[in-house]
Amino acid sequence: MTVYLDANASEILREGAMEALLDAARLTGNPSSVHGPGREARRLLEDARDSIGRCWQAGSEQVIFTSGGTEANNLALHTFGEGRRLLVGATEHDAVRAAAPKGEVLPVLADGSLCLEALEAMLREGPPTLVCTMAANNETGILHPIEEIKALCARYEARLHVDAVQLAGRQGDGIEPLSVGGVTSLAISGHKAGGIKGAGALLLGAEGHVTPLMRGGGQERGRRGGTPALPAIASMAAALESALAQNWAPIAALRDRVDEAALACGAMITGDRKRARLPNTTSLILPGVSAQTQLMMLDLAGFAVSTGAACSSGKVSASHVLYAMGLGETASCAIRVSLPWNITEAQIDGFIAAYREMASRLGKRGA
Amino acid sequence: MRILVAMSGGVDSSVVAATLKQEGHEVIGATLQLYDHGQAVSKPGACCAGRDILDARAVADRLNIPHYVIDAEERFRSSVMASFADSYARGETPVPCVACNQGVKFTDLLSMARDLGCEAMATGHYVRRVEGAERVELHRPTDLSRDQSWFLFATTQDQLDYLRFPLGDMPDKDAVRQKAQEFGLAIAAKPDSQDICFVPSGTYASVVEKMRPETGGTGEIVDESGRVLGQHEGIARYTVGQSKRLGDIHTKDGRRQIVKRIDATTRRIIVGPKENAGRHEFALRDMNWLIEPPPEGVRCHVQIRRAKFRVKPGSIRLPKARGSCWMISPCPHLVRPACSIRAAGFWVGASSSPERALPWIVSSSVRADTLPGPYVVGWRYALRGSMCQTM
Repeated sequence: MTVYLDANASEILREGAMEALLDAARLTGNPSSVHGPGREARRLLEDARDSIGRCWQAGSEQVIFTSGGTEANNLALHTFGEGRRLLVGATEHDAVRAAAPKGEVLPVLADGSLCLEALEAMLREGPPTLVCTMAANNETGILHPIEEIKALCARYEARLHVDAVQLAGRQGDGIEPLSVGGVTSLAISGHKAGGIKGAGALLLGAEGHVTPLMRGGGQERGRRGGTPALPAIASMAAALESALAQNWAPIAALRDRVDEAALACGAMITGDRKRARLPNTTSLILPGVSAQTQLMMLDLAGFAVSTGAACSSGKVSASHVLYAMGLGETASCAIRVSLPWNITEAQIDGFIAAYREMASRLGKRGA
Repeated sequence: MRILVAMSGGVDSSVVAATLKQEGHEVIGATLQLYDHGQAVSKPGACCAGRDILDARAVADRLNIPHYVIDAEERFRSSVMASFADSYARGETPVPCVACNQGVKFTDLLSMARDLGCEAMATGHYVRRVEGAERVELHRPTDLSRDQSWFLFATTQDQLDYLRFPLGDMPDKDAVRQKAQEFGLAIAAKPDSQDICFVPSGTYASVVEKMRPETGGTGEIVDESGRVLGQHEGIARYTVGQSKRLGDIHTKDGRRQIVKRIDATTRRIIVGPKENAGRHEFALRDMNWLIEPPPEGVRCHVQIRRAKFRVKPGSIRLPKARGSCWMISPCPHLVRPACSIRAAGFWVGASSSPERALPWIVSSSVRADTLPGPYVVGWRYALRGSMCQTM
């Protein structure tokens, strides 16, 4: 039986999310229809909108449903980046990097967090700017100092888009709750939080117009055309509520056990362990052993982990995140372990045993 | 046993994977991504993986085996593509598939297979691996028209021990396609690849000229005395021994002219009349013996280029002093002046009929890429073998 340790790629469906999904799937009506079944569907959609808005202290009119995190990020850049200078974090996901091909790169520190001095220096240069940064990194779990970034953007009157795809559903255990206050927009994704794939949202800092990427029947107040994916949206709302109620401390403790076992095998941990990270995520570097080989060995042993970025072919690419952190050659020797919400101690014991065996067979080569 | 199959997305390696799976082995599929397909076809936004990689993955999914795409782009660029272009820039014509098999496939992928705890690695090459009394031997395949033993001339004994070539006994390609169909593989009718894999459009010269701009542009065609006879369109488009692309210069004084030499520094193509006199002997270096070297020398059969049935009787003479070159005396018309040899394969065995010589052993081979003097071979045609599609 495979042990799934790749929650940051897609989280295991949460129980409440499954029920919400099935309830929504049984509804026939189109939320735009004016008859009874339409009203029933619309009520479910608006309940989901209210619920998600509450998670981020946003009014329902500030929530725009999309097909996922990538579309939400694209919509933000399309709307708020128009005619502006773009500053993009060096460790952003491709959903942002590819959508901002002309963006200037904001460097990160060796611990993976955004360099505030560099941000301020660039903001001081003046032209109207949109800053794009993630709340938490998908590969390392490292958190950016969003409150400080908000303050800087406010001081220099820059817009701020936050990619909160990995943070959504994993807040807690010492992580300050993030709200839409002080940001221009914020992107989330349903399946990263334990909903099904197919829904995300762009949350606006204040009610306002966006330039739609999809034009259509006026859904989402004309801001995103197309019939919304109601079952996916309902499951996203339920997943986020369930995630907020989760006690993350036991998961962080299991993650720390993985870290300590890996360190004892000669591995390194990406970033600074003392700084706040997502409670479920760690990035382990086994020097001299390619990430590809590690991933294959663990997969064949029944453990699903991942590496930085995989092309649609499945080719494992070098991680731009770890290069940006200055890791050089060892960046190609890192795997990401991201624990799902329902991980068990026994599963972690099994993973640690498999990792130890791998490290003892191959780990010495780089030394 | 756990066995890694190098899957290219073609019919041959797909049938290898399916056969081994059917035999009850734990099969792991691996496909090397050797270059960025999107860049190779110059289509921005095109997927970095070519059709072949997606085909390999679809076959693996169909067979329900784990499949991995291995990023070998950097290694392939530095070990195969760069030296491919460098050779052209020096006025030579290389065989990239040999370097690829030897480095990326039989060294890197093979060591990955060992890391993964595999007991063997299988490929779709048409050669036979025979467990002899003394050691594992490399034989020519049943279907001699698909023989790839010459391409594998640098395979070491250690690699040979670990490798498996399940297609060596197949009677012909139709039988392989038939098997693919029986396994329900969508690629059963996929055509064989014809070109160098990283030159998808078949115009290798433009690839070379992109990597080594100095090989592009026109230059002079001269005779052996230096007299200018005409213009050419870039030295990468010519290979020693060819008479194509010479235009009016093709025939002079009633004698067919061929490229005798390519001077990369002056960008000159030197032509001269084709001669029929051949050489009896040439020097060998970097011999890769797959039998115990017999001190008295050995009578054998020789192949010095990839072409069907071009196996001729010859012999290897051993030097008296250590370190000097091996010598061979094949039939003289095999090695003509004004051609350059880079590799030769030798087979020992009892058969008197090369065309039907099933039990021959590839006993040894040679890398002779710095042989003195220009001799033999239209390598450009050699490049158009079926090597790349079989991994």
